[in-house]
Amino acid sequence: MCTTCGCGAEDQHHHDLEQNPSDRHGDTHPHCHEHKDTSHDGAVAKRISVETEILAKNNRLAAGNRALFKQKGVFVLNLLSSPGSGKTTILERTLRDLQGKLNFAVIEGDQQTDNDAVRIAATGVPVKQVNTGAGCHLDAQMVCHAAENFDMESLDLLLIENVGNLVCPASFDLGENHKVLVLSVTEGEDKPLKYPNMFHNAEVLLLNKIDLLPYLDFDAGKCKAFARRINPGITIFDVSSKTGEGMDAWYDWLAAAVRKNG
Amino acid sequence: MHEMSITQGIVEICENSADGRQVLSVTIEIGELSSVIPEAVEFCFEASVRDSALEGTRLIIERVPALGRCLTCFAEFHVRAYYDACPSCGNYGVDILTGDELRVKELEVE
Repeated sequence: MCTTCGCGAEDQHHHDLEQNPSDRHGDTHPHCHEHKDTSHDGAVAKRISVETEILAKNNRLAAGNRALFKQKGVFVLNLLSSPGSGKTTILERTLRDLQGKLNFAVIEGDQQTDNDAVRIAATGVPVKQVNTGAGCHLDAQMVCHAAENFDMESLDLLLIENVGNLVCPASFDLGENHKVLVLSVTEGEDKPLKYPNMFHNAEVLLLNKIDLLPYLDFDAGKCKAFARRINPGITIFDVSSKTGEGMDAWYDWLAAAVRKNG
Repeated sequence: MHEMSITQGIVEICENSADGRQVLSVTIEIGELSSVIPEAVEFCFEASVRDSALEGTRLIIERVPALGRCLTCFAEFHVRAYYDACPSCGNYGVDILTGDELRVKELEVE
């Protein structure tokens, strides 16, 4: 059993991403402030002050991932959206258009199938599929293990396509530099208001499928205004992963972010 | 259903903190803005502790009110949703001070 994350993985995997073990104490143990109470029947009960984040284990593993990615100079994005927004198509186009300019790897998260990994593998980019089964989100432990499949030294960018879901993945830090949200214009302009947690934490919004705008009642201005109500600093790119319209601005952002990451 | 993952975290913290003692109750804090539904956690907790040493443990959930600070005028106010405008200046954009908690506060053990 893996002693870092407690998983039952049989295969060998390293944990050079482990944080200072002394940091773990405060995360997982109570502060030992105990108080004795006498209950109605005279029995003595003790109250233990715990004050521990419920997601402490995930957050600790995410911090370990982040430290490793930083050490290896890999810029990491967590792509989030509802199912069918075009995340995989955006990835395919991005990987093909930036081939030879940046070195990528991709982690694909889905409940079932390796369909997306097959599509990414066709671009020639290293990819690892993670199937979450009944799970509705990726967590830091899954990313930790998936990342062991790549030669981190040779990478500029690791793109993590999360499970299609606008709710659950918002709570789980993976160790990424930024969250990138994809919203397609077929989904309705009020989605930022309906799923505010996701929009609040995102650095970038890719408004996808803009080639369909002439056929829809979608008000892009209203949608962006809603997103900026929740997150005034969010960077928004209008894109079509089908026609390629607007993708250059997204590529410029990626290249600049990778340069800045060193 | 990320509440199941959340609940498994609660169970692990209980087991680590109780150190073998019988846990009578566990008090957790869920912020008003956290994307976790208390009723779903209650449901998952009951299912998670069945036939375990924690069976019968009372789960006490405390909601933490959401307090935010306006990014424009720095007024502090009760945030009902991330898209609320500041009641003082009318601008959008808020720094969340409290209300996104997911924390095990204390245990009562024998």
